[in-house]
Amino acid sequence: MPGEEKEHVYDAASLPDLLPIYYKRLFPYGPYFKWLNYGGVPKNYFCNREFSFTLKDDVYIRYQSFSDQQELEKEIQKRCPYKIDIGAVFTHRPKDHKTVKPAAFQAQEKELVFDIDMTDYDDVRFCCSGADICPKCWPLMQIAIKIVNRALREDFGFKHLFWVYSGRRGIHCWVCDETARKLSQTGRSAIAEYLSVVKGGENQTKKVALESPIHPSIRKAIEIIEERFVSYAADKQDFLGDEEKQKKVMAMCTEEGFKDMWERKDVFNRFDSSNKRWQALCKKSEETLESQKYLKEEIMLQYVYPRLDVNVSKGVNHLLKSPFCVHPKTGRVCVPIDPDNIDSFDPFKVPTISAIIEELNTTESKDEDGKKIKDYKKTSLAGSMAVFEKFLISLENSWKGKKLEESDKKMEF
Amino acid sequence: MDFAGNTANSKKSGRSTRNKKQFNRVGHNLQFYKIPPTGEISLQEFEEYAIDRLKVLKAVEVAGIRLMKGSNEYTQKLQDELKKTSLGHDLIRIDKKEDKDFRQKDLVSHFILRLAYCRSEELRRWFMQQELELFRFRFLREGSDSRDEFLRENCLNYEPISDDLKTELDAELRAAAGNKSGVVDTIEYFKVPFTEVFDLVSKRKVYLEDGYAYVSRDDMISIVITHYRSHLSHSLAVTTRALPHLEEDGRLLPMLCGLSKRYLGQDFNAKKSNVGEITADMIEMLSKKSFPLCMQQLHQSLRQNHHLRHGGRQQYGLFLKGIGVSLEEAMRFWRTEFCKAMDVDKFDKQYSYNIRHNYGKEGKRTNYTPYSCMKIITTNPPGPGDFHGCPFKHMEVDMLAQKLRGQHISKDNVEKITKCVKTGHYQIACAQYFEATHNIRNPEDSASININHPNGYFLDSYKLLNGPKEGTKPVPNTPKVIKVKVEGTGTPSSQTNKQSDLNDMDDDDLIASMETDM
Repeated sequence: MPGEEKEHVYDAASLPDLLPIYYKRLFPYGPYFKWLNYGGVPKNYFCNREFSFTLKDDVYIRYQSFSDQQELEKEIQKRCPYKIDIGAVFTHRPKDHKTVKPAAFQAQEKELVFDIDMTDYDDVRFCCSGADICPKCWPLMQIAIKIVNRALREDFGFKHLFWVYSGRRGIHCWVCDETARKLSQTGRSAIAEYLSVVKGGENQTKKVALESPIHPSIRKAIEIIEERFVSYAADKQDFLGDEEKQKKVMAMCTEEGFKDMWERKDVFNRFDSSNKRWQALCKKSEETLESQKYLKEEIMLQYVYPRLDVNVSKGVNHLLKSPFCVHPKTGRVCVPIDPDNIDSFDPFKVPTISAIIEELNTTESKDEDGKKIKDYKKTSLAGSMAVFEKFLISLENSWKGKKLEESDKKMEF
Repeated sequence: MDFAGNTANSKKSGRSTRNKKQFNRVGHNLQFYKIPPTGEISLQEFEEYAIDRLKVLKAVEVAGIRLMKGSNEYTQKLQDELKKTSLGHDLIRIDKKEDKDFRQKDLVSHFILRLAYCRSEELRRWFMQQELELFRFRFLREGSDSRDEFLRENCLNYEPISDDLKTELDAELRAAAGNKSGVVDTIEYFKVPFTEVFDLVSKRKVYLEDGYAYVSRDDMISIVITHYRSHLSHSLAVTTRALPHLEEDGRLLPMLCGLSKRYLGQDFNAKKSNVGEITADMIEMLSKKSFPLCMQQLHQSLRQNHHLRHGGRQQYGLFLKGIGVSLEEAMRFWRTEFCKAMDVDKFDKQYSYNIRHNYGKEGKRTNYTPYSCMKIITTNPPGPGDFHGCPFKHMEVDMLAQKLRGQHISKDNVEKITKCVKTGHYQIACAQYFEATHNIRNPEDSASININHPNGYFLDSYKLLNGPKEGTKPVPNTPKVIKVKVEGTGTPSSQTNKQSDLNDMDDDDLIASMETDM
């Protein structure tokens, strides 16, 4: 792989010079348009879609829209946005919104989206905080993808899930099934609530309360967590490593008698690792706890269960950063993540804009025969593009079926 | 199944051509109010009907604030409250005697309030919440035959799943049934698309598999409510768009505006402050004396962390606006605090827009209203890192008790307050907190304290501590009696509200979204 030998350092100051090249040669307009056009089956879907651009110096422009792929390309290349957001499909072309009565200009459809952000885990990760991430906390995102992906597919029956790295500290999921795109605000809220387990603000130390029996969906989430909990919480985070951390875990216990006994006997200090301490707590709590049946499960869920930003999912009209943007601070491209292969996705190896442009320059001089090869395929974006195309193929089949259905003049329900 | 479009004519309810009053819907006592009434009624009747229904919805609200929905006490209380109102008395009768007059009144009064309550998001939310609860209550009073009949009439009937399938799914159905898992054996189950039962989905009270929900017969009400909600929400949006046509009619609009103000009481969005100008320097002192606990908490965490997340900034910022902090002072206040932890440039870039926006100086220029208790308690619950919300609802009881003791509230009072909290009476708990912190011992005084808006709390406290200031308006906060408040209808805020709110997301959410991940 070109460029692998030396670590690329991205310099945010170079962004204005790099973006024009990126948008000219690397941004995957073709597949991107194919996605958002949905085979042209819903009429005017693409041209009534809102895009918004964040330009240099935080100049923010809303209600952009494009009639086709050419116009999209042209405008993006002209403006070179620092960030592109995708909004809803409206009743009219968003760029004409001022010519329409405000009440008639309505957001109608949008993918169901989820935003999971590492900052929301600050009370349960001990390695970094805020916008920082490291290999010690990234497993949280892997677990989040596994759990949400399973629930959306198996419980809700969604098939077209598009997972994307946000470029810095989180992940996004675009659910592109027709049912999902047509959901009302109530429907979106309901799904987001169904998937929310960790609840409560800073004034709520115990944020998970399980009722008996445990709902099948939570049960399955717990199974996923169990596979990874020790490796993540004990080995990577050392979550029972010192007294403060131990107190935090024990605050989850509501049975005072048990808690007193545990502290009095100083049980944690009889063991020398978080792993052993955890095993001891699990064992003892299962044997003796009376009023709190699920202490172990509640702790696991509070520490690693996905924390969705519910407000992002709720609104039909909520904008979300587009895939294939470049994060201005990190320079990393918002690339797709293959949910079936999450362990092979490393956010620290996601190509930066400077690295791929450099790759473009070095490979160019070498091969001259492969003229037909798209530029992005010559760079380390190629792997990510393969994930995108895999998603697109399955999506395409859905509208091919739809087209057949329509030609059969089938009545809709 | 689309119920769209059939309400566009609802504006005619007050003034269409003279027909004999006729309502040809026989069949069920209950209905989704799909077909707007035709016929003519006098202006006087128009108002009477509206007020009657408003009393009913108010009764529903009061019962819901006082007691846990679904409990036996709640059912009893709601029944008692409804019986006290003339329309409510009829609404909860379940005999099948076909009383056309009553059905007409039910229908017409519903449509009038739809007109009155479609004009802003807050009004729509309130109206929908009460109407849905009223419907649920009435539906559950019907016998099972009658319920089935209703489902059939509205094409919501489904076939029960086979015994084989039920046996196969037994473990999952039980696990999803919560405390009702004991009755899984004896009850029928139905397989419906999950989009039909959103309220069961959001509470995770149903088993989902591959896009289908397995719903027990007892939970079929959820299908009905989901349909009614989506129908009503859609109809309200349609009605809002039709509303400008009504403005030609000089008689109806003032009446409708008056009607919709009745539940809200004061919206605390007054241009003029009720207590005079509050400057940034006064906030600290006032926060200790006269702020409700939710705002004290936001104030303290702001002082401590020099930051508040979006939900907190909205709740606190609009409250401050409501007590009379001007835009300039608000800007000074937030900047001083935030800039202890960030540079001025970043503040100006990321946060000042938000503050101006709340004062209606940016974006859609909506003059946003301070949040009511209802909004704080029922919407946007705090997540990790958040300090907003209602402490009586969103704070752990132990932590709350500790906090109260820290404020030198007597042991008895702390117990009284936490007892209320445990039974779900958050606003009553807040009223008791008010009493405890304002040394109110006279039982007569305490009966008059009723907290339903943080800004009302502030005003009450301020007046109590400083004596009523001349020219201040009394705060209407007695929920049982509906006071008619005569107010101008063309205030700038009510006009801007009219066009806004139609989209699910306003600029407010947009700002929240812009903040993430930059």
